[in-house]
Amino acid sequence: MKKEFSQNIGFFGLFFCMVITLLALGSIIYFIAARGFGVLNWDFLTKVPYSAMTKGGIAPVITGTFYITLGAIIFALPLGLACAIYLCEYSPKSIVVNIIRISINNLAGVPSVVFGLFGLAVFVKFLGFGVSILSGSLTLGILALPIIISSAQEALLAVPHSIREASLSLGATKWGTIKNVVLPSALPGILTGVILSIGRVAGETAPILFTAAAFYTRGYPKSVFSEVMVLPYHIYALMTEGAHPDEQRAIAYGCSLVLLLLVLFISGVAIFLRQRKRGLYG
Amino acid sequence: MDNNVKMQAKNVDFFYGKNQALNNVSLDIYANKVTAMIGPSGCGKSTFIRLFNRMNELVPHTILHGKIFLDDLEINSPLVDAVDIRRRVGMVFQKPNPFPKSIFENISYGLKVNGIKDKAFIEQKVEDSLKKAVIWDEVKCRLNDSALKLSGGQQQRLCIARCLAVETEVILFDEPCASLDPISTAKIEELILELKKDYSIVIVTHNMQQAARVSDYTGFFLLGELVEFGKTQDIFTSPKEKRTEDYITGRYG
Repeated sequence: MKKEFSQNIGFFGLFFCMVITLLALGSIIYFIAARGFGVLNWDFLTKVPYSAMTKGGIAPVITGTFYITLGAIIFALPLGLACAIYLCEYSPKSIVVNIIRISINNLAGVPSVVFGLFGLAVFVKFLGFGVSILSGSLTLGILALPIIISSAQEALLAVPHSIREASLSLGATKWGTIKNVVLPSALPGILTGVILSIGRVAGETAPILFTAAAFYTRGYPKSVFSEVMVLPYHIYALMTEGAHPDEQRAIAYGCSLVLLLLVLFISGVAIFLRQRKRGLYG
Repeated sequence: MDNNVKMQAKNVDFFYGKNQALNNVSLDIYANKVTAMIGPSGCGKSTFIRLFNRMNELVPHTILHGKIFLDDLEINSPLVDAVDIRRRVGMVFQKPNPFPKSIFENISYGLKVNGIKDKAFIEQKVEDSLKKAVIWDEVKCRLNDSALKLSGGQQQRLCIARCLAVETEVILFDEPCASLDPISTAKIEELILELKKDYSIVIVTHNMQQAARVSDYTGFFLLGELVEFGKTQDIFTSPKEKRTEDYITGRYG
């Protein structure tokens, strides 16, 4: 009787913690949605801004975010995956490789504004890409690299040794085994890494502050060398600059809501793909 | 080499780092016969058969002395590609290890990685291999289902079919029934007896009744040494070595 009582108290404590977490998450979504929903309509999503950004929509801002996120993933996914494959499958087990592994994990802990300064120094100035989609994508790509590498490594290591042996015993080469058996099995885990990094990259402000973002550009970006408006920086700019704080604040909440929905949508697609893959392979 | 000898180990020593796992083992594998390796756990019998398809070289820090032949080819010579040896000497593992792919893809995999693209040929080969492994009737209606949905015994026969598809010449069975129920085990044993008409077979087993039932020759390993090798009947009825007799009468192991 007494044991059961203390057990119930324990369970209630755990339940309570869960509710607090849900409440925090729910209230964020509720406040953003409640304040942002008013400005949300078709025009807001499809028109360009005008009248000092108090009127019109945020279509170029959304496309900007899309381009820059896509660019970062295009850059980081092949590089990160190749790096993970090398570290897991080919590299000799040595102290040097261990140091590389630890460095990659530490890279994930570097403050994002440091990446921003690095991007400014290397991509914007040294390589001469200027403040542009390209510079911003590359900077965000570096930010995404450690996330992609470590999740891909985990996914590769989780592929059972037995099916690698099966493949090799049938006369497949090492690369053939990696390509045909290991990578397909690791794909759900790799996708998880991509989801995580998309969420991270799309919402980052500091790395693009000096490398890609503009407070206002006319219309849509013309090429990868154009400056762009992007959602996180746009929110920041609306709240801190400009002459019409009240109208701007409403639009900032609208942008936040759009950013939130965008990230949720992308994650949703990736989770859907992952589940389907899982279902297929039992 | 004697015409009836398919594979041959000559004075093989094998080391994992500094630990010697095999000590001066010489043994012939006869064509179209079943050769069983018995012995207590850790005696080196699995290590020994994994030398025949060069799987041990995937383990770092191993050293091999001595020679192993497939027909007249010395398989560890620098001119020989391990990939070719592994196609010719197939392996069925202790735990069924089908790929997380469809039943069809499991069988066609070996053909594809060996560069065969002809679709009609692949389809025919898949069917033939599944029939030879006596699993065709159970899977013919669901070739596109995941192989992981099959039972353990079916998975193991699928893995056997997978070897047959690449036109292997020797099949190494590493305790193939260790994780199977008695009925599935009986099916695998029946299959092994059928397969020896076309293939040379080596089987590692813990189960002495199994060795007695399926094999023509038996080798008894103890602590990395081949204690005795001969016709299965002789080993089980009149072993020459005291240690062999002790093991098969259940005194240790």
